[in-house]
Amino acid sequence: MQSWFPENVSTYGGDVDGIFWFIFYITTVWFFLTEGLILYFIFRYRRKPGQKAAYVRGDTLGQLAWVFVPVVIVAVLDFFIDLHGAEVWAKIKGQLPPADLVVRATGKQFNWEFTYPGPDGKFGTADDLQLDNELHVPVGKVVRVVLTSKDVIHSFFLPNLRLKQDVVPGREITAWFEVTKPGHYEIPCAELCGFGHSGMNGVLSAHTPEDYERWLKDKWPEK
Amino acid sequence: MTTHTATASQTAIPSAKTGTWWFLASEIPVFGGLIASYVVLRLGGGGWAEAVSHVNFSLGLVNTFLLLTSSMTIVMAFAAVQDNNPQRTGAFLGLTVLLGLGFLVIKAIEYSTEITHGFVPSSGIFWSFYYGMTGLHALHVLAGISVNLVLWVTALRGSLAQHSYRVEAAGLYWHFVDIIWIFLFPLLYLT
Amino acid sequence: MTDAAVDPERTHHHKLGFWRTYVFSTDHKTIARQYLTLGLLWAIVGGLLTYSMRWQLAYPETEVPGWGFIAPDVYNALVTMHGTIMVFFVAMPILLAAFGNFLIPLMIGAQDMAFPRLNMLSFWVFATASVVLLSSFFVPGGAAAAGWTGYPPLSAKAEYTGVGWGMNLWLLALALEFASFLMGGVNFLTTTMNMRAPGMTFFRLPLIIWMELTAAVIFMLSVGPLIAGAVMLLMDRILGTTFYLPEGGGEPLLWQHLFWFFGHPEVYVLLLPGLGIVLEVITVFGRKPVFGYRTIIYSTIVAGFLSFIVWAHHQFVSGMDPRLAMPFSITTIIISVPFAIVIFAIIATLWRASITFATPMLFAVGALGVFIFGGLTGIFNGSAPVDIYVHDTYFVVAHFHYTLFSAVFFGGFAGIYFWFPKMFGRMMNEALGKIHFWFTFILFNSVFIPMHLVGLRGMMRRIANPMQYEFLKPLQPLNQFITLAAIVLLLSQIAFVINVFWSLAGRKAAERNPWQANTLEWSAESPPPHGNFATTPVVYRGPYEYSSPEAADDWLAQNQPLVTAKAARQ
Repeated sequence: MQSWFPENVSTYGGDVDGIFWFIFYITTVWFFLTEGLILYFIFRYRRKPGQKAAYVRGDTLGQLAWVFVPVVIVAVLDFFIDLHGAEVWAKIKGQLPPADLVVRATGKQFNWEFTYPGPDGKFGTADDLQLDNELHVPVGKVVRVVLTSKDVIHSFFLPNLRLKQDVVPGREITAWFEVTKPGHYEIPCAELCGFGHSGMNGVLSAHTPEDYERWLKDKWPEK
Repeated sequence: MTTHTATASQTAIPSAKTGTWWFLASEIPVFGGLIASYVVLRLGGGGWAEAVSHVNFSLGLVNTFLLLTSSMTIVMAFAAVQDNNPQRTGAFLGLTVLLGLGFLVIKAIEYSTEITHGFVPSSGIFWSFYYGMTGLHALHVLAGISVNLVLWVTALRGSLAQHSYRVEAAGLYWHFVDIIWIFLFPLLYLT
Repeated sequence: MTDAAVDPERTHHHKLGFWRTYVFSTDHKTIARQYLTLGLLWAIVGGLLTYSMRWQLAYPETEVPGWGFIAPDVYNALVTMHGTIMVFFVAMPILLAAFGNFLIPLMIGAQDMAFPRLNMLSFWVFATASVVLLSSFFVPGGAAAAGWTGYPPLSAKAEYTGVGWGMNLWLLALALEFASFLMGGVNFLTTTMNMRAPGMTFFRLPLIIWMELTAAVIFMLSVGPLIAGAVMLLMDRILGTTFYLPEGGGEPLLWQHLFWFFGHPEVYVLLLPGLGIVLEVITVFGRKPVFGYRTIIYSTIVAGFLSFIVWAHHQFVSGMDPRLAMPFSITTIIISVPFAIVIFAIIATLWRASITFATPMLFAVGALGVFIFGGLTGIFNGSAPVDIYVHDTYFVVAHFHYTLFSAVFFGGFAGIYFWFPKMFGRMMNEALGKIHFWFTFILFNSVFIPMHLVGLRGMMRRIANPMQYEFLKPLQPLNQFITLAAIVLLLSQIAFVINVFWSLAGRKAAERNPWQANTLEWSAESPPPHGNFATTPVVYRGPYEYSSPEAADDWLAQNQPLVTAKAARQ
C-alpha cells in the first residue's frame, strides 16, 4: 500500500502533513490508552459469582482526579496542536508572499477557466489568454491564483499541493502556491456544484524552467 | 388512577407559562437570525439607504404605536381576568384584537403601495429583507390575533375565568411579537 | 401547584376506540412507539440509498442491481437525501422523540407529558413532514440534490441543479420537522421541570433525562437561524429574492453561517441521547454507580454552551475571513475537554464493575469504542491547516459516520434492546441480538476504517464516479471493499428486523424489571398502562445505587423505601 497521502510537491505541503502526523501520534496514543483500558476492564471485571462491583461514585476530588488529570493532559496537548497549527495556517492562508506569476482561475459548471495575463503581466489587455482546465506554471516560483466563480460555489483543490480553496461567485479570493517538482497534477472540484461535479477536473502542469519557456513561446509567439 | 398530589419536586411556574417561555426561547433565534443577517449584509455593502427611503416611515410609526398599545391592552385584559371581571376582560381582549388587525391592515396598505411602485421582493437585497422580515413577523401577528380572538370569544361567553393562565401565556407571546417589531422598525424604517 | 392543563383522558377510564388508542393517541408511550416505527422505516430507506450510492462508487456506470442506471444528477439526489433522512428522519425521531417521549414521564414518575395533545400534534406534524419528503422523490426534477447542507447558489436557483419542486418540498419537510421537534422540546422541558414525582429532585434524575433535556435546549436555541435561513432560501427560489445571490447584492456565505450555527449544535443534539443510553446501560449491566454523576452533568452543559461557538470549523476554506479560522480552531479543540471528561468518567464506571454482556451492553460498549475513534478523528478536522486538505474528502465522511453511527445506531440499538421489554412487554431474542451486534460492529469498522484512507488519498465527497480522476483510480479496490462491507452491513440488519417481529409475536410476557434496574420505569408494568403508575412513586435516592452497601441486593430502586431494604437484610 502506498503512502497515505498523494505525493507532496508543494513548499508548504510538508507543513500540512507535519501537523497531521503530530495530531496522529497524539491521538494514536490516546486511542490505545482508552480503547485498551476499556477492553481490559470489560474482561477483567466480568461478573464473578459472589463478587459485588465496587461502590465508587466518583464524587470526591481524590476519585475525580483520575478523570481530571488526564483531561488536563488532553488540554495541554490540544494547546500545542493549535499552536503549531496556527503557524502553518498563517503561512498558507494568512499571507501572500510576493508573486512571480499571477493567474486567474474561474470555476463554472463544470470546468475551470484559467486566464493568463500574458507577457505584459496585466489582466484585461490584448495578450491575455484563457485556457480551459489547463494551469501551466514553472516550478520553484510563487504563483498566485485569483479565484472566483461564474455560477455556484466550487472548490479549487490541488491534492498534491495540499491546497484547497472554495471559489465563490461575487468574490475574488487569492491563494498561492509554489511547486517543487515538475509534473502533471489534477485539479478536481471539491464542492458539490451540480450534476457535472463528478468529473470536473483540471490539470496543473508544472514545468521545468526550460519547458516553461517553451510553453510561453508557444502561446505568445511574438513575445 | 392516582390523585395529583402537590409535591416539592416541581418548579412553582405553571406549565402553560413554562411551555410558552420555552417556545419563545426558540422563536427568538429565528428573528435573531434574520436580523443578524440583515445587519451583517447591510454593514458589508452599500446602496441600502436609497432603498430604505422608499418605505413609509409614518405608517411604520403608527404601526409601532398600535402594537405597543395592544401590548398594554392585553396586560389590562390579564389584570381584568385575575380580578374576575369578564366584561373588562372581553373589552380589553377585543381592543387587542382590533389593534392587531389595524397593524395588519396598515401593513397591507404599505405592501400594496410598495408593490404598485415596483418594489417587490426581488427588487434588491434590501427589499428581500424587508418583505422577508415584515412578512414573517406579520404571520406571527396573525397567529397572535387568532389566539387572542379565541380568548376574546371565550371571555364573552364567561368561561375564561378558570383559564386565566391562558391570557398570561397569550400576553407573553403578544409581547414577543411586539418586541420583535421594536427591533424591525428602526432597522427597516430608519435610514 | 396543580397543573391547569389537565388532560381529561387522564382522569377518565373510558375505553378509547382503535383510532384514539393506536393512531391519534395522546399517550406518550404510544407516540414514542410511533416515532420509533417511523424512524426505523426511514432508516430502511436511508440504507437503500446507501446501497445504490455505494454500488455506483464501486462499479461506476453499471446498473445497480434492483435499481438500474444512476445518472450523475440522480446520484446527487441520493447523497442529499441519504444525509437528510439519516439526520432528520432517523436520528432525531429515534434518539430524541422516541426515547425522550417514552422515558421522560416514566423516569420522572409522571403520568404523561405536560401537554399530551401537543405531543400528538408533534408526531403528526412529523408524519406530514415525512410524507412531504417522500413525495419530493416523485416530482418532476426529482428530489433535492444540493447536499444535505444545501449550499446556495446551487440550491437557490432551480436551473443550477435542474431540481424544481423537489428542493422546495425538501425545505418544507425540514420546516415541518423543525416545528415538530420544537413542540417536542417544549414538552420535554416543561414536563421535566413541573411533573417530577415527590423526591425526584433534579440531581436524582437519570443521566439520559439530563441528556435529553440538554439536547432539547440546544436544539431549540440553535434551529432558529436555520429556520430564518430556510425561509430566505425558499424566498430566493420562489419569489426571486436575492439573499444568497451575489448578482442581487446577496451573499452565498450567509447561508453557510446560518446552516452551521445550527448544524454543529445539532450533532450534539444527536450525540447526547446516545451517550445517555450508554450511561444507563453500563450502570445496569456493570451493577455499579456511574462515576462522577454531577461532573458528567456539568460537563455536558458546558459542552452544550461551547457547541454554539464552534460552527465555522465547517467553513475554514469557504472564503470566510482567514483570521476567523484560528479562533474557531481553538473553540473546537476546547470542546474536546468536556467530552474527554465524560468519556473518562464512563471508562471509570467500568473499572471494578461486575459486567455481564447482554445485547444492550454489547451495543453500549460498542458505541463507546466507536465514539472514541470518531472523536479523535475530529481533532484532525478541527485543525484549520489539516482541514485545508481533508475538507470535503471522505476523511470527513468517515469521521462523522464514526461519531453519528455510534450515537444513533450503536446507542439506539442499545436502547431498543434494553427498553424493548418495557415498551412492548416482550424480551428480544438474545442469540439474534448478539449476531446482530457482532456483524454490525465488525462490518461497520470494515466500511469506515478504509474510508479514512480513501479520504486521505484525496477522494472528494459527493462524486459519482472516482474513475474520472487518475489520482483516484488506484483506490477502486478499497472502494469496492467498502461497498461490499456496506452491503453486508445492511443485510445484517435483517437479524434485527427478524428479532423485532419474532419477539413481538412471542408468547412469553416480559417481567416488570428483567434487568433489575433502579430507575422508575422498571417499577411500572411491561408495558405500562395509560397513566403509567398505579400510585405516584415516591423517590428516595439517585438512580445509580448499584452494589450499595445499604442494600442486600446489588441494586436499590429509586422508589424503594429504605425501611424495606434494611428489613430485608435482617
